[in-house]
Amino acid sequence: MSENLTPSGEPSYLQYKGRYRGIFAWIFSTDHKRVGLLYLWSIMTFFIVGAILGLLMKMELISPGKNIMGPQTYNGFFTLHGIIMIFLIVIPGLPAVFGNFFLPIMIGARDVAFPRLNLTSWWLYMLGAVVVLTSQFTGGGPPDTGWTFYAPYSFQTPTNMLPAVTGAFILGFSSILTGLNFIVTIHRMRAPGMSWFKMPLFPWSLYATAWIQVIATPIVGVTLLMIIAERTLNIGFFNPALGGDPILYQHLFWIYSHPAVYIMILPAMGAISEIIPTFSRKTIFGYKAIIASTVAIAFVGYFVWGHHMFTSGMSGVALYTFSILTFLVAIPSAIKVFNWVSTMHKASINLQTPFYWAVSFIFVFMIGGFSGLVLGALSTNVHLHDTHFVVAHFHFIVFGGTGFAFFGAMHYWFPKVFGRQYDAGWANIGWLTFFIGFVTLYGPMFYLGIAGMPRRYYDYVEVFHGGNIISSFGAIILIAGAGIIIANLVKSAIYGEEAKQNPWGGITLEWQVPSPPPLENFDEIPHITKGPYDYS
Amino acid sequence: MEHIPENTHIHRDDEASKIGMWLFIFTEMLLFGGLFIVYSIYRYLHPVAFELAADELDVAAGTINTVILLISSMTIAMSVSAIQKGDRKKTLMFLGATLFLALMFLVNKYFEWGSKISHGLYPGSDSLHELGHGDTLFFGLYYFMTGLHALHIIIGVVLIATVMYRVYKSRVREDKYALLENTGLYWHLVDLIWIFLFPLFYLVT
Repeated sequence: MSENLTPSGEPSYLQYKGRYRGIFAWIFSTDHKRVGLLYLWSIMTFFIVGAILGLLMKMELISPGKNIMGPQTYNGFFTLHGIIMIFLIVIPGLPAVFGNFFLPIMIGARDVAFPRLNLTSWWLYMLGAVVVLTSQFTGGGPPDTGWTFYAPYSFQTPTNMLPAVTGAFILGFSSILTGLNFIVTIHRMRAPGMSWFKMPLFPWSLYATAWIQVIATPIVGVTLLMIIAERTLNIGFFNPALGGDPILYQHLFWIYSHPAVYIMILPAMGAISEIIPTFSRKTIFGYKAIIASTVAIAFVGYFVWGHHMFTSGMSGVALYTFSILTFLVAIPSAIKVFNWVSTMHKASINLQTPFYWAVSFIFVFMIGGFSGLVLGALSTNVHLHDTHFVVAHFHFIVFGGTGFAFFGAMHYWFPKVFGRQYDAGWANIGWLTFFIGFVTLYGPMFYLGIAGMPRRYYDYVEVFHGGNIISSFGAIILIAGAGIIIANLVKSAIYGEEAKQNPWGGITLEWQVPSPPPLENFDEIPHITKGPYDYS
Repeated sequence: MEHIPENTHIHRDDEASKIGMWLFIFTEMLLFGGLFIVYSIYRYLHPVAFELAADELDVAAGTINTVILLISSMTIAMSVSAIQKGDRKKTLMFLGATLFLALMFLVNKYFEWGSKISHGLYPGSDSLHELGHGDTLFFGLYYFMTGLHALHIIIGVVLIATVMYRVYKSRVREDKYALLENTGLYWHLVDLIWIFLFPLFYLVT
């Protein structure tokens, strides 16, 4: 490890010796940076598991008929893949890793408002993960409902639903605690002089996200509790045989789970809003417009959940309303894209790996966004509902959007986090492979969906063979790319060159502290006088 | 901006912990809010059955529990005033009273539930299913919502006991009583939710 000392001689957070030794110095540390890294390692581990599940599903779909798994295994795979990817990776994702690590530094604080609560939320996260994963090895076998736990099947299936649903509930709790912590941190701990409109955009996006986490998550919490009660007590909330209404379950579920999509994407947009001005070496275009659009997305995002249920049975008025609101939510997203592109206009761009990720983020996010409009329109939705088109759409948004932003943020902040620089050549090769694999994997799914291939089947008719072959090969390329990226980062974290304090010439506060930062971040809390992207 | 001494990790901000508690209360309200939605939808679908089923509930038991909770809200508020004045003995006394009332609530609930269950009115029971969909859903919601509420009472009991111990050990004291105040806020929330549950299940017939 590098002897990276602050001017006052304080050791970095990686070297700091506290009460505990070895692994306990990490899992009992309340330092926001160590908690962030705990999340990073857990999320990376689960990501590898989830990605392998995805790869195996693509291998099953490489040709019609049974190849490597039967229908029940396939059902278990897409359920576990969904639960891991949604609840364990993209929902905590950027806020829990980079939010924990950089939010306090970027607003000029020494830690989050409640450091112990912060560590608790990681413990809850791990507990939830373990409970979810026990569902695979105990009871009636792996759950097969898909990650949405739709009623009435979720309380009728003989598979082991209880641990999966309970685990999801615990994970929701963990998410609420993170959100609550961030809201209070941002309200109470900004450095002197950092008014709301001098706050960088990543903290802003975390602020909007945190509100969604706090407001939306309890609804899914109670809904999951109701599923647990249905299975154990046979109450009948969602059971038509007892007078309950399964559609009501879908409403309650999506009241949370649609805003959850914005929990995933808003911090991603925030990270992109940090990367683009730094590498454009220019003030971000429309700082306040980006903030306004962030808040608008968070707000309007509450009222669009019905677009997941266009074919479930709703009144005509409800259908039109949800459809038009869905179109409305596209506007603030588009505003952001215009702002990012305008920031690059006439900039002397410093072409580095994080910037490649940011630009490819915009590319895939736009494809995902536009295909979202196709699904938000009522007539096309009826045709495309539950087809591979939907799978392609949300992978472009969730994996392409959040995933690309996550890797972008990883490459952007890597030197700050580990105090080491990665090999830029391999990072670029990894990015290109990943990007090509991504488009090859999910691109054909749009075509397959329009042609009528449904999702969640292990088998298909011969006519879909061509698209599936391309898609499955894309999966192999993508996994190879992810392998290169992760291997390069892991190797660089250990053996990489020592990083400079500010390798990219960024001007937000995290670049004013040493790499890696000392335990208390700042020797002296800075006084903020300028806006966050004032390159003048 | 207050001066933060260098190289310490101790950071205390009572205002922040109060904001945090309010946010948590917000999430709790939404948790029950989801159930209130379910209640209103099924009430709308089965108005007659809900009315008749509500007649089955013991209004006296419900009223007693309402009074118990209202008084306990008062005693915990008084314990906050007492600690602000630095009166440890009175703080402990009022907290003890709150704890006692909370346990009374649970005892009362136990007997109330027990009598319903002995009549065969519990989720999944045959006699409930024979009564029809409206009754099944009413009693399902009744057990689920009051059960979730009772769970919050139990958590409150643990919290109040913890605070009492800390007051006793002078770790919660005149100049440092955020924990007590937050426990009070939580207890008021539990009270408030009951104020809505009581009329919805017992009174609106």
